[in-house]
Amino acid sequence: MISQLTRDERALAMVLCVLLTLFGATLGLVGRDDVLGWHGALLALSGMVLLIVIMSKIYDPDPNPDRVTKYYDDPTKVGVIVSMMWLVFATFVGDWVAWLLVYPEATFDAGWSSFGRLRPVHTTGVIFGFGGNALIATSFHVLQRTSRARLAGNLSPWIVVIGFNLFCLLAVTGYMFGITASKEYAEPEWYADLFLVVIWVVYFVLYLRTLARRQEPHIYVANWYFLAFILVVAILHIINNLAVPVSLGHAKSYSLFSGVQDAMTQWWYGHNAVAFFLTAGFLGMLYYYLPRRAGRPIFSYRMSIISFWGITFLYMWAGSHHLHYTALPHWVQNLGMTFSIVLVVPSWASAGNALLTLNGAWEKVRDDATLRFMFVAAVFYGLSTFEGSFMAIRPVNSLSHYTDWTVGHVHAGALGWVAMITFGAFYTLVPMLWNKERMYSSRLIEAHFWLALAGTVIYVFSMWNSGIVQGLMWRAYAENGTLAYSFIDSVDAMRPYYFARAVGGFLFFLGGVIGLYNIWMTTRMPAVEKPPVYDLPPVVAAEPAE
Amino acid sequence: MEFDHNFFVGFAKSYGLFYMMAFFFGTVVYAYWPSNQKKFDRAAKSILDEDEGTQR
Ligand code: HEM
Ligand code: HEM
Repeated sequence: MISQLTRDERALAMVLCVLLTLFGATLGLVGRDDVLGWHGALLALSGMVLLIVIMSKIYDPDPNPDRVTKYYDDPTKVGVIVSMMWLVFATFVGDWVAWLLVYPEATFDAGWSSFGRLRPVHTTGVIFGFGGNALIATSFHVLQRTSRARLAGNLSPWIVVIGFNLFCLLAVTGYMFGITASKEYAEPEWYADLFLVVIWVVYFVLYLRTLARRQEPHIYVANWYFLAFILVVAILHIINNLAVPVSLGHAKSYSLFSGVQDAMTQWWYGHNAVAFFLTAGFLGMLYYYLPRRAGRPIFSYRMSIISFWGITFLYMWAGSHHLHYTALPHWVQNLGMTFSIVLVVPSWASAGNALLTLNGAWEKVRDDATLRFMFVAAVFYGLSTFEGSFMAIRPVNSLSHYTDWTVGHVHAGALGWVAMITFGAFYTLVPMLWNKERMYSSRLIEAHFWLALAGTVIYVFSMWNSGIVQGLMWRAYAENGTLAYSFIDSVDAMRPYYFARAVGGFLFFLGGVIGLYNIWMTTRMPAVEKPPVYDLPPVVAAEPAE
Repeated sequence: MEFDHNFFVGFAKSYGLFYMMAFFFGTVVYAYWPSNQKKFDRAAKSILDEDEGTQR
């Protein structure tokens, strides 16, 4: 991989490593015994390790100059593997968290393993570690193929992949140390947030510069989704994390917002994280890998355009449905509710578009577990968006809010949609990337499929049950007008559902382990013999100035 | 005219509607503009006839 960089690029990479080390060392020094100091040390250490790795290859010969006529897939390869490793780690933690709700003593009396710390480790690990790496990896692949252009840079993709994973590492280790900015899905503190801003800007610029080199006049719709994901996440991240640190030597910071403005900003962020991290980017995946795998063009390209603009514009206003019955002005709640209901239209247009693309290829869906993953993903996408729009209706939300129904909805989306579409995309992508005829084992894909599906269904059904039971118990009144149940009664009633969820989660986790193994073994199979092909059209853009 | 909370709420509630509607119509017109059809068809098919080459 390093041999694909020219000597100049290697030198530049070493400069960047030194900068990272210095940045880490500075944080370490000013942070001293604060957790900030530990994170500084972590960054400095990472910088040094990277430096040594590059240094050991510095005198390797320059890469073949015709590399600019090829697509650049090394960063995608790393992204795919790392993404699956995050999946295994973070669903393991997720299942641990699930067991904690059945057996609270399973923290083994350590601080770092308490529910409040492991929970964000799980959410950050799956959303950013697994989902984020999957999005970065597939976006690089789709971008190059649909533009018929090589990535506009050899070093910048690595800055994105490595930098993003360092951010995830800072986040996850920070929670175990007890750091939190107290904003869900935005828990990392100010220094990690600033670090991510730099990485994300590099990502955005790289994407735009590659698009500018494209040799296709029209930008394929998948790229619109990826671009919306990158751009909007940048905006969300920066605004929601505006904060003032206690001092430059401390990890703790305080948000610039307070009171109901803080709540609204947070859930404007939170819901759009769902929209642009967990939806838009994965729709980009869907619009490329599903037609490719099915061997059929998308059913309606026009519909994909209209639903793109529908989703981007409507989601922006829906965040207040997380704050029904709060101090938020009534009309803002109504606004969020209305937009959420309308949102079902473009969401179903996308899900329908995917399913109609498969219409006529059902025998492929039946025989090919990879395509079946994507089919199931589209179905769950339809289900969870319908459910979401329903839960956004204020009276419905009075029943669902604070209950496990929300958690069920989350995982119908996260397991059923986000994870399934990713598995389908990876199993399509991996043989292409490593130039293999097929995946290592189609039986293992099949096993992964059934484990993932069973796990998801068990998870979602037990949470629906427990959510409704909770909601009803909390609003049940006795004859004399007092509450019929105490809170602890409802906690006790949850036990069987939590048990079932944890079992379902374990099946899902197991599927992920199998997936990682299968992908790893595929990379080690002999490559297919192919005459050397120039996979880019011969018109070659100038070498990037990096 | 005072630029207070009520002003912005009023603005958001009225002009907000019109700009969203205009945007929606713009999108639909773009998507259904007859001469765009060829471009879209080509784009939809283009991803299928790619020669999936490899790097090495
Ligand atoms: C093995 C599979 C999984 C298990 C067992 C699991 C378990 C859990 C548990 C126990 C919680 C805490 C619920 C609570 O506080 O009551 C949770 C929250 C969450 N999980 Fe998972 N999870 C799994 C996979 C995933 C995946 C793959 C994703 C995303 C792609 C995901 C996203 C989330 C999110 C966003 C939350 C926060 C929900 C909220 O605040 O309402 N999970 N998970
Ligand atoms: C039309 C689309 C959707 C709408 C209108 C919607 C609506 C909602 C509503 C009303 C809630 C409950 C808020 C509360 O009571 O606190 C919620 C929670 C949530 N939804 Fe959705 N949803 C949609 C799609 C999705 C999808 C596709 C995903 C995941 C991939 C998702 C992930 C989440 C998450 C993570 C939460 C929990 C937030 C928290 O931590 O409290 N949603 N959604």
